Amino acid sequence: MKKLIYILCLCFLFSSCSSNNDNEGYTPVALDLEIPEIFSNNIIPPIIPNDNGQTVEGVALGKRLFFDNTLSGDQSISCASCHSPQNAFTDNTPTSVGIDGIFGTRNSMPLFNLAWNYNERFAWDGKELSLERQALEPVENPVEMHSDWSDVVSRLQNHPEYPELFRLAFNTSTITKELAAKALAQFERTLISANSKFDRYSLGQTTLTPQELNGLDVFLREDKGDCFHCHGNPNNPLWTDNDFHNNGLDTAFTDLGLGAVTGDPNDNGKFRSPSLRNLAYTAPFMHDGRFATLDEVIDHYSEGLQNSSTIDPLMKNIAQGGVQLSAQDKADLKAFLLTLSDPSFLTNPDFQN
Amino acid sequence: MKKIFALLFISLCFASCSDDDNNNSLSPSSTTLSFSHNWNGTPVTNADFNTIQFTNENGEMLSIERLRYLISDITFTSTSNEVLDLDNYNLIDLTNGTNLDFNLGTQIPPGNYSNVSFTFGFDNEDNSQNYLDLNSASFNVPDMLGGGYHYMQFDGKYLDSNNAEANFNYHAIRAVDNPGMNPTFPQDTFFTVNLGAVTISGDTTLNIEMNIAEWFTNPNTWDLNQLNTVLMPNSAAQIQIYQNGQSVFTLGSVSQ
Repeated sequence: MKKLIYILCLCFLFSSCSSNNDNEGYTPVALDLEIPEIFSNNIIPPIIPNDNGQTVEGVALGKRLFFDNTLSGDQSISCASCHSPQNAFTDNTPTSVGIDGIFGTRNSMPLFNLAWNYNERFAWDGKELSLERQALEPVENPVEMHSDWSDVVSRLQNHPEYPELFRLAFNTSTITKELAAKALAQFERTLISANSKFDRYSLGQTTLTPQELNGLDVFLREDKGDCFHCHGNPNNPLWTDNDFHNNGLDTAFTDLGLGAVTGDPNDNGKFRSPSLRNLAYTAPFMHDGRFATLDEVIDHYSEGLQNSSTIDPLMKNIAQGGVQLSAQDKADLKAFLLTLSDPSFLTNPDFQN
Repeated sequence: MKKIFALLFISLCFASCSDDDNNNSLSPSSTTLSFSHNWNGTPVTNADFNTIQFTNENGEMLSIERLRYLISDITFTSTSNEVLDLDNYNLIDLTNGTNLDFNLGTQIPPGNYSNVSFTFGFDNEDNSQNYLDLNSASFNVPDMLGGGYHYMQFDGKYLDSNNAEANFNYHAIRAVDNPGMNPTFPQDTFFTVNLGAVTISGDTTLNIEMNIAEWFTNPNTWDLNQLNTVLMPNSAAQIQIYQNGQSVFTLGSVSQ
């Protein structure tokens, strides 16, 4: 009799466990990232967290959340307000305005090829240690969405469609901020840009002009641009090392960058190298958006370097202001850099609202 | 009776000891190469980076800000001159403290070896291959300089002849002339590091030491005021780096 009661209790326990699951037996459809040939030929696979595999339903939910004003305090802006598909998922102002009309201090980073950031330090200063954690931050940032996750979760939970979308994505209709962040991260990982003119050149599908080829030469030559030590090369088609450097913008720092995150004064003034892909759509440039044009950026490295204690040793001829490119080399370098832009990324229907 | 129990107990102890020994000799042993760094005997870790505190042979004070280098083709030569050639490589990154320990797994049978060696950098055949992990680490050498990979990237700052901070990029690559579509190669600048005789018995760690000061010392006293940046297209500088590199690595302790 005791045994029977024991068995019945166990059955009850198991049945109550399974009743917590909204959708017994249901499994979201796994969705592998489509890895471009230029990546699979050259670099190691992307980073997908074990606890947040890509699924069709997760990506769809993340996309919906990304474009939904519900996430902001007054429901007036979405992630896409500062990360617009038409601008390679950044915006066109030096810094971005939040719901209270206040501008932040950092330029909105473009979003693409994020799953290939192998160190998983995101944002200009590397403070976000995964895409999932990054996705949590802007919602409550007082100069950005200035919201509260508990309010957002409540709005989503009471929404006529979101509980079902979460159930499809995560097997539960009980919405949490962590699941919302997971969905956003899944969508962001699908934002892959690898169809530039230079990609097609690397794959033997097109040719570059003599000017563009000379620009590549300037980019790669240690005695000219020497851009490649931080910004990738034809064998590293991310066109960034995703590492942190002081690139000689200032003699003194109003923004400590990585140094404020690590607390190490040797990291003061260091910011993550951005990818050089899609420069045609991502002006203005630098962590504070101080340079309106690509010409200004090139001029900076050529003649505008400012010395400081943490300037990267890869910055050359600092006393002379930089690498001293000729006007022709500057024009050629710019022409090459623009071959890294991928217009199909802007119009990919999978990335539109 | 007590004596009998004592004898039985001791026998049991010996029996269990001998069992363990047998297991050890049967179980494959793991070998690890552990890379440590020093400046003329003073240990250097990444905690010592970013401060101008080292003085080179030429008298220049300098800091280390980035140091990573490639080793490959580890060999173990047995006393009967059989060579176990491991077709492998490891990018040691002292900056981030990664890959300082290179575990070779159980590939090395226990025994006496007359020499252990590795290649600093890549030999020319290996250097012509495509390595996704090294590409991902942006360790490439541009095609117009012959392509392939850096052997070492060593960046820092020094006090120049005006006592002002200046940068250096001590980058080792395959020496190259005539950069462009058809570069030429005056001589090989990868080199073999012979560590000497080693006995592998059980799990073994070979502690390999890089004396960073030696890059500036022997046989070429390095003048950073003359050779500081843009060394990659400078084949004469690459050959000097190659020459100075010969005395950089030594085998320290072997722990088992």
